[in-house]
Amino acid sequence: MSPPALDHIKPGDWLTLIMGTGGVVLLALMFWSGEIADKAIIRSGGKLFREVSLSRNQQIEVPGPLGVSLISIENRKVRIAKDPGPRQYCVRQGWLQQAGEVALCLPNQVSVELAGSHKRYDSLNY
Amino acid sequence: MQVSAAGMQDAGKSESRIPNSDSRILLHANAEDHHIARMAAVALGLTILEGAIPSPLPGVKPGLANIVTLIVLARYGWRTAAWVSLLRVFAGSLLFGNFLTPGFFLGLTGALLSLLVLALAQHLPPRWFGPVTHSVCAAFAHIAGQMALVYLWLIPNAGIAYLMPIFAAAALLFGTVNGLIAARFMDNAETI
Repeated sequence: MSPPALDHIKPGDWLTLIMGTGGVVLLALMFWSGEIADKAIIRSGGKLFREVSLSRNQQIEVPGPLGVSLISIENRKVRIAKDPGPRQYCVRQGWLQQAGEVALCLPNQVSVELAGSHKRYDSLNY
Repeated sequence: MQVSAAGMQDAGKSESRIPNSDSRILLHANAEDHHIARMAAVALGLTILEGAIPSPLPGVKPGLANIVTLIVLARYGWRTAAWVSLLRVFAGSLLFGNFLTPGFFLGLTGALLSLLVLALAQHLPPRWFGPVTHSVCAAFAHIAGQMALVYLWLIPNAGIAYLMPIFAAAALLFGTVNGLIAARFMDNAETI
């Protein structure tokens, strides 16, 4: 005997569920395929500070009103290693890897955003 | 005699000015109207109940009120279901105080799109397709409508697209669950 809930799923319903699952997976692949990021856009005080390629490991010092934020690039990943802000949200965010990911250090007005070869959307606005 | 004549004259005069001096508007609510109102009230109750359930992401809600819509659709047809669903959206927005706010329009768009899809889905052969299909299709339509509105009106950039898979997965899950609950309810009512 099948569990009572399953009695209510007719053959066509299974078809609907399978198609629905397929649709969800397709959407996930479409929107989350995570275009590989290949550059980091660093902003300070709302203005573009530097655009750097991820291909080279390096440390970048970005000056802000509170002091210097340290951004480090390693193995095509980016993180904010040090920040003078009080809550350290952007530091605790850790490594960013996918295009569209952003770390914001609001107190020091420093942000780093990963972008692919073409910028798909403005995740800052969302 | 005179008095009544004067009265009649008055009545005649007022009639010439205002076509119908007796301006009461009588709405005759028949049994069907009462039934629709009752079902919409149940749906409203479920909406309020649902408001108490915390949601991990704004916009992800189980949509329990749709169980009512599904049952009404199966029992009384699409027209009645549309009445119940839209009444719930309007009355719910008045109750929650978000009439004509973005939240209201999101709900309305979702409800309209769902109804549109249900109008088509109800013609699927009932031997093969039940409330679960109706529910899942309606849930997808609901979220698609809302996403379109958000994209076209509220947040005109594709940032919302990132959340699409989550919303779609939620629609699939809650659509299935609501469909099962609706089917279950209809069984119980039949055996009783």
